[in-house]
Amino acid sequence: MLKDQDRIFQNLYNDFGSDLTSAQKRGDWVNTKEITEKGRDWIIDEIKDSQLRGRGGAGFPTGLKWSFAPKEVGSRPHYLVINGDESEPGTCKDRDILRFEPHKLIEGCLIASYAIQANVCYIYIRGEYFVDGQKLQAAIDEAYEKKLIGKNAAGTGWDLDIYIHYGAGAYICGEETALLESIEGNKGQPRLKPPFPALIGLYGCPTIINNVETIAVVPTILRRGGKWFASLGREKNTGTKIFCISGNVNNPCNVEEEMNIPLKELIEVHAGGVIGGWDNLQAVIPGGSSMPLIPKEKCETLTMDFDSLVAEKSGLGTAGVVVINKDQDIIKCMARIARFYKHESCGQCTPCREGSGWMWRMLERMAKGEASKDEIEMLGDVTKQIEGHTICAFGEGSSWPVQGLLRHFKDEIKKRNNFDPIIKETQNIPYLVDQHLLDKNA
Amino acid sequence: MSLKRPAKDQPENFEFNSSSLDAANKFISKYPKGKQQSAVMALLYIAQKQNDNWIPLVAMKYIAKLLDMPYIKVYEVATFYSMFNLSPVGKYLIQVCTTTPCMIRGAGKLVEACKEKISENESELLPDKNCSWMEVECLGACVTAPMMQINDDYYEDLDKEKTLEILDKILKDEKPKPGSYRGRTNNEPENGRKTLMELKNA
Repeated sequence: MLKDQDRIFQNLYNDFGSDLTSAQKRGDWVNTKEITEKGRDWIIDEIKDSQLRGRGGAGFPTGLKWSFAPKEVGSRPHYLVINGDESEPGTCKDRDILRFEPHKLIEGCLIASYAIQANVCYIYIRGEYFVDGQKLQAAIDEAYEKKLIGKNAAGTGWDLDIYIHYGAGAYICGEETALLESIEGNKGQPRLKPPFPALIGLYGCPTIINNVETIAVVPTILRRGGKWFASLGREKNTGTKIFCISGNVNNPCNVEEEMNIPLKELIEVHAGGVIGGWDNLQAVIPGGSSMPLIPKEKCETLTMDFDSLVAEKSGLGTAGVVVINKDQDIIKCMARIARFYKHESCGQCTPCREGSGWMWRMLERMAKGEASKDEIEMLGDVTKQIEGHTICAFGEGSSWPVQGLLRHFKDEIKKRNNFDPIIKETQNIPYLVDQHLLDKNA
Repeated sequence: MSLKRPAKDQPENFEFNSSSLDAANKFISKYPKGKQQSAVMALLYIAQKQNDNWIPLVAMKYIAKLLDMPYIKVYEVATFYSMFNLSPVGKYLIQVCTTTPCMIRGAGKLVEACKEKISENESELLPDKNCSWMEVECLGACVTAPMMQINDDYYEDLDKEKTLEILDKILKDEKPKPGSYRGRTNNEPENGRKTLMELKNA
């Protein structure tokens, strides 16, 4: 288990209070000026050395992302945007940072803004976290008052303004270009890439977008050195991560742990074990709802980091671990996730807008045992037609969990839906008609 | 996509009161000159607060004028985001999260409680009630599931009994205490945590 002094978020459970004085006691804002005096290149190199990967789901190397920002500020200003639109089912880590460790985030904003030469930083928080956003606003006001941000922030000679922008309940705004659209006052519909936001982002200006957790760990990395961070976890999957363990466990909780921690240790030690014992485990969603589930057999030996989960055809995502035990109907669970994606699809690309609804309706019928044998293959076909055919990664996010279900629980679905199609293939049915509806009306 | 329809009965006029206008100007000043359109979401939210939790069409027209943008763009934004209510929802809006992590911990019981106490149907505002309820997608408090949101506050670690108590208070126009209803501190594990021990006891 990770040693307590190696945990970055010492106030994860709010034992000390989130105000500036107690944050300074924990080491925030101590030598910010000295860090920035070492220069932009040093900061970016140190982050590269730490092998920090984005904590928002995709796991893109942060140092590399920062190096994409233009070296010189031209006619267009640079922007830093923090993504706090945490909406992935199973994830609630950013909320704890916003309300209990706001100064880590604000200091990280200053350092990152300095590194990419941005004078304005927007923090996008989901609208539902209004109360937590107010706590962050209080911390920002406090920082302004103590001259830690604003003109000549913390004595670094760099000017920085931080503003909060509230979302209004759209999951898709967690996608970085949709988030930019949303800040610009439009519907949150993702943009085509390229051009990438690092060159043409917010208001057409170079913009770097990072997750809350990514930015909040930056000051600690620079204080303790990229080497220290890289010594935790394993190669390319370094450092610590906040895991959110929810679902059928005895003590659901948030906990900061080392990358590459065994899943079993997370569940048994930190979350008090599966309800009904380890043998009662059915499956685990390892990284928020858009990552394919993993059946019990593989959970025994699974370790939690980006690459080892990809090897299991899943992903770390946001590290929102949802534990599902045998008392739950796995098809219903996935049908509910499909409903979530149907509800949250922004409607821009046809495969996702229509397909997410198809998947939901098919899964609902499969849960009730009303689907026919051939529909199982058809469902797989639908997921393949969504995946990779949309502007943003929502298409993958909505089809992967269904693919995971088909990969590991096909027998379960077959057992429940084991009859021949009522409408035989010989009949001439127009392609896009919902066949089950036709049948009922007949 | 969620389906949203503006209410049939619409008020004739809408204008920000002075405190709303102050708040609105504060938001507009956050964005670069000429990019005041960015504040549209914030302004819609302020309008919603001022107008008993819902946004009439005249408010959208008013905001469009204020921000110097086409009315249809404001309408577009108001209908896209699920937190903007386009028809009356009551003084208290109860949103029950029913996405999978909450569902497997018994969010269905919370819905049952709402049906018993408030209304059989979702998003229905009965004339003798001060609140309505609706099912929503993940609210980002999965570790303290099942949970619900009433206006701005989160009520976590619930079960049917506790939900009924909360709803009773709401119906009496009292504000129940937000937070965990199993008495735990934030998102720490119950029954003895294993991390950050030395610091806590130091």
